[in-house]
Amino acid sequence: MTDESVRIVVLGSILMGISCGLIGSYVVSRRLSLFGDTLSHAVLPGIAIGFVWAGEKNNLSLLVGASVAGFLGVCCIGLLNKSTKIKEDSSLGIVLSAFYAVGICLLTRIQKSGMSEQSGLESYMFGQASALSYGDLEILSIALLLVGAFVFANYKELLVTGFDPEFSKSIKLPAELLQYCLWALIAFCVISSLQLVGVVLVSALLVIPAATASLLAQRYAGYLALACLLGAASGLGGSFLSFLGNNLPTGPLIVLSSTSLFLLILFCRPKNGLIIRWLNFRSTKKRIARENLLKAAFQILEAKEFDPTEITIEEMMNKRRATNAMVRSDFEDLIHAEFATASIIEESKQDLPGQTRITLTPQGWEYACRIVRNHRLWELYLTNEAQYEPDHVHEDAEKIEHVLGEETVRQIERLLKNPRTDPHGKLIPSLDDVRQGSIPTTPFLGPTKMR
Amino acid sequence: MNLFPEFSMEASFIEPWSSASQVRWSLEVIVMGTLVSWSCGLIGSFIVVRRMALMGDAISHGILPGLVIAFLLGGSFSVAPMLLGACIAGLACSFCIEWLRHHTTIRQDAAMALVFTSFFALGVTLINLQGGHLDIDAGCILYGEIGLTPLAPEMQVLGLELGNRAIWTMGVVTAIVSMVVIFFYKQLLLASFDPTLAQSSGWPIRKIQMAIMLLLALTTVASLEAVGVILVVAMLIFPCVTASFFCVRLSSILIFTFPLGLLYSIGGFHLAQWLDCSIAAAMAVAATCVFIVAFLFGTQDGCLLRFLKNSRGSASAQ
Repeated sequence: MTDESVRIVVLGSILMGISCGLIGSYVVSRRLSLFGDTLSHAVLPGIAIGFVWAGEKNNLSLLVGASVAGFLGVCCIGLLNKSTKIKEDSSLGIVLSAFYAVGICLLTRIQKSGMSEQSGLESYMFGQASALSYGDLEILSIALLLVGAFVFANYKELLVTGFDPEFSKSIKLPAELLQYCLWALIAFCVISSLQLVGVVLVSALLVIPAATASLLAQRYAGYLALACLLGAASGLGGSFLSFLGNNLPTGPLIVLSSTSLFLLILFCRPKNGLIIRWLNFRSTKKRIARENLLKAAFQILEAKEFDPTEITIEEMMNKRRATNAMVRSDFEDLIHAEFATASIIEESKQDLPGQTRITLTPQGWEYACRIVRNHRLWELYLTNEAQYEPDHVHEDAEKIEHVLGEETVRQIERLLKNPRTDPHGKLIPSLDDVRQGSIPTTPFLGPTKMR
Repeated sequence: MNLFPEFSMEASFIEPWSSASQVRWSLEVIVMGTLVSWSCGLIGSFIVVRRMALMGDAISHGILPGLVIAFLLGGSFSVAPMLLGACIAGLACSFCIEWLRHHTTIRQDAAMALVFTSFFALGVTLINLQGGHLDIDAGCILYGEIGLTPLAPEMQVLGLELGNRAIWTMGVVTAIVSMVVIFFYKQLLLASFDPTLAQSSGWPIRKIQMAIMLLLALTTVASLEAVGVILVVAMLIFPCVTASFFCVRLSSILIFTFPLGLLYSIGGFHLAQWLDCSIAAAMAVAATCVFIVAFLFGTQDGCLLRFLKNSRGSASAQ
């Protein structure tokens, strides 16, 4: 931090991070991400011509040349979009490759003509932070000031024109003018950052912090602030890293640190980060498996007309077509969750020694009843209200039984007038059965025709 | 200095064809350029139709870490591992983009810019971490130098001299791309224009799109060594949009690619002879010039035609 050049680079990276983050949030929310990439390539012929014009690497002439070329590029994109049927992405690609090709032609001309001092031009391709001067710092701060002032003054207008072009047209906002100002500012930001990160990586600085912020933010102001903060953080992180390792380039490290911030937030963000989502997915899967098990237990008991109330491993194996070990671990899970109790019985003829039988506890019974009730109510609802055939409803009910809430179930029940049998003639456990944990006492009705 | 050297017929048109060795060099460069623009033009038409024109740009930057890692693991510049590494990196790049697009709120354009710049930055950093040991010049990949094509080693099969290896590689890739386009034209067409319909008629739409991406990665990687990123991006986009000024059907656009490719490489080659600059860039400039001509005089929606129509329309209105 004591070295003069170190201070310049760190300060420059932070300034660049803030201004690129701020303007980048508009770039991302208006789907202009590849526009930045195109602009940064399109300035190349301008840089070459500026260099030839001044006869040396002169910051001002390069800046003027780059600005003119960037402006021309923007005009070409606008022209192609307006006057032809060419899609926006293709016109970006056309301008990018055409301008870049002209730029490379000029650069190779310059190299072959053997002009001295042309080495500085290479730095615009990949950036050369160590060559950053006070002049560059001034340009970076001017860029930040301009962007900040523009966003501060036009915050509302930009918001409206960005999200509701029709409405902004109806209240006569100068949407076109704002858009061109925005494009010009993007171009200026890109040009001012070229010395630090180079042509290829500028668009990363525009896009990555803003994309990261868009994962987190709820409101637009917060989104802007977050993007600035993330841009500054990655600028600081990148320049710091580049001084830690010797001889590492600053530009790519700035980009890499903002990418790591992005990945960090993608995986660990509070509400729907990937880790949280994965955990949720796991627990939901587990719940559904348990519910299916309880339902199977209910069906076994139903087949035995609820007497006796014990379930053997063998019965469950037959019912679910599972192996002994799987059912055993399922049973252990149920016992662990206090939905069932185990009873070891003495040897008998058909049972193997020490075989576990389980009896559902009142909680387990209630849970099982509720799932079966959801399933059968939904089947009945589909046949009666949605006119499904009775043999088509099972798959659908298999899925919905796990997500129906208490409220919805009541509604369906009211709609169907408290039914007792489902389309297949099976009993629908009533609310009383569920509540009291008693065994349904209504006699088995046998298949009845609905409708 | 003067940017434009004086035009001389002799230097730009006669000299490259003056002696046997010169003719051979010029022919190899032109054949290479033509092959690149054919294969890129064919696959590029489907990319442009899907509104992913800059995907080529993204993939061609994204393969850099693959090249570096392949070099570090293999320890040499032999072609097979490099090609494999680049292909894997290119596919990883397009996979990441698709994943971000489908599983987060990030839009496609942002996902593209995010992924390929990150990959590129990773590649540049890896190169720099190696210090002086690694001889990959990131700039070389960006510019490419088609003029070096004739320097590629000769290929020998069963003792037969077959000729330049770079051209053979590119030729095989071009053949693969054209075969796929010819045999699976219907599938590619529907998958690009109406993915929903294709899906509803039970086609494996994801697989078809992955196949397009695979072909794109293959073409990009194969051409990159010779011609660099600019020419790849230009050749992916220009043939299709230029042809669309003259024809409407995709099949005729695809056929139009072939004469355009020839025009680009021959025109660009002579332009480079005149200006004494990078040949690949000059080919892209030639493509730009052809595009501008098409833009002005195209029979479909060209500027001149529209101007005439407008003035006739306003004249009859009066």
